Amino acid sequence: MIEVLWLGRGGQGAFTAAKLLGAAYTIDDDKKYGLAFPSFGPERRGAPVRAFTKLDTKPVVDRSQTEKADYIVIIDDTLYSPQLRGLLKDNGQVIVNSKNSIDGALTFDADKIAAEFRLPTANTIMLGLLAGLSGIITSDEAIKAIKGYMPAKIQERNISALLRAVQEVTE
Amino acid sequence: MNQKFLSGNEAFAEGIRLARPQVISAYPITPQTIVVERLSEMVEDGSLNAEYVHVESEHSALSCAIGASAAGARAFTATSSQGLLYMAECLYYAAGGRFPIVMMNADRSTALPWNIYGDQRDSLSQLDSGWIQSYAENAQEALDLALMSYKIAEDKRVQTPYMANLDGFVLTHTYETVDIPTHEQADKFLPSYETDNRIDFDNPKNMAFSAGPDTNYIFKYKEHKGLLAAAGVIKETEKEFAEIFGRTYTGLTENYRTDDADYIIVTLGSIAGLCRETADKLRENGIKAGVVRIRYMRPFPNEEIADVLKNVKAYAVLEKDISFGNEGTVFTNVNSALKKAGADVKGYNFIGGLGGRNISASDIEKIYSDIANGTDAVNFIGIGGEDNGK
Repeated sequence: MIEVLWLGRGGQGAFTAAKLLGAAYTIDDDKKYGLAFPSFGPERRGAPVRAFTKLDTKPVVDRSQTEKADYIVIIDDTLYSPQLRGLLKDNGQVIVNSKNSIDGALTFDADKIAAEFRLPTANTIMLGLLAGLSGIITSDEAIKAIKGYMPAKIQERNISALLRAVQEVTE
Repeated sequence: MNQKFLSGNEAFAEGIRLARPQVISAYPITPQTIVVERLSEMVEDGSLNAEYVHVESEHSALSCAIGASAAGARAFTATSSQGLLYMAECLYYAAGGRFPIVMMNADRSTALPWNIYGDQRDSLSQLDSGWIQSYAENAQEALDLALMSYKIAEDKRVQTPYMANLDGFVLTHTYETVDIPTHEQADKFLPSYETDNRIDFDNPKNMAFSAGPDTNYIFKYKEHKGLLAAAGVIKETEKEFAEIFGRTYTGLTENYRTDDADYIIVTLGSIAGLCRETADKLRENGIKAGVVRIRYMRPFPNEEIADVLKNVKAYAVLEKDISFGNEGTVFTNVNSALKKAGADVKGYNFIGGLGGRNISASDIEKIYSDIANGTDAVNFIGIGGEDNGK
């Protein structure tokens, strides 16, 4: 099973990214299964939010919160702390949206790409970075998920931004 | 096949859309809100032809559904937690009036302390209200139960309202791939609601009347028989469902690796998956572990449970509930099933997940080892047994 832990602040779309990843992974293949869920509770703009995606080639029946993730994706770098490594598998990776470099994490200035595409948040860019770095999902699958599950008027910009992010890490 | 990545709430709303209710009355409450939001959107965009009634409380939501059902309409409502408790008075009216309303309940903790997260104390407190009670494990089962619920509730042998329980958040807010049937399939499976139990100006009759000591008990007996009859109707309905939709269900309970099991966890709802995974893991180490998932708490699967538990070395009942001053209510029911069957097996109660607390794989592994070694009768996960929990 591949487990992804998403960290963001309320309004940054961490859960949307978690959901898009699950939708993309399962979208073309009956033999692939996924679960996506937020850290449950009242939602408040700006408050730290966790979201989880669990992916497997058999039905995912463990609905408990991830204790060891393959990837931790952080949309807001103020949420990064070295202690997060305790939630990571041995060969797991931390991917952070940040202008600065962070020891033990891969950082990308996703906000810069978001600004280029007039997006208020970098969630789909982080999804693109994860897709490019991990190969868990293809760009095509991600695009299908965006088309299936995001409002029509923001699909194009999110798709362009996601493709730019994939390019960023695969070139 | 039309597959979508949906939450439990959204999947249930899709099932209700396919069941074509004519009246929906609801009051929003977390974590039920999404199901009624989706249904109101469907009514708005015309994909569901129903009267959507915004009411001022849960008491009114169910009262309105009762009125609609008494007019011969297929009615739906949904609630959770304190909302369910607030409508408790009406639950008995709906059941006693034999109105086959379907209600989704998002299982959630009850106050105080105030808490919006999932446990099953809300619905289990209403076992005696005369409703059929199902507990789904995943979003696909939730959608399928939404469709089956009306067929079961409206059956002339049953004529009993149906409460479909979905674990709050863990099921209602978790997204997964769901197969959405077509209207053509659904209409073939579920015909429109026809009943004599309705207001009819051409054939006026007395409804929702009072009955004194001389006849009251007969109505209660018939209510009981109606709920009992649901057991057979559930099996028939699932067989028809499998023929049309290709998905099979196993009646009041679902057994997993129980045939040769020494140790079984009996549980209900969405935690069952993790129990099955843990049983698999233990079997790799030679421990014969199994799982029984209760799918229906009413009618209660007395025979099914006694059959599967009578030969085990020990069993646990894992539930998100406590009846204060005694034990978990599911445990009480399971023990009664064994007693009636004349079986004498060691059983232990594990109370977990109250107020949404996570139940981990290691918690479940510990339940299996605790029942193998013997433990207190009632145990609170994370605290301990009755004695050491003092």
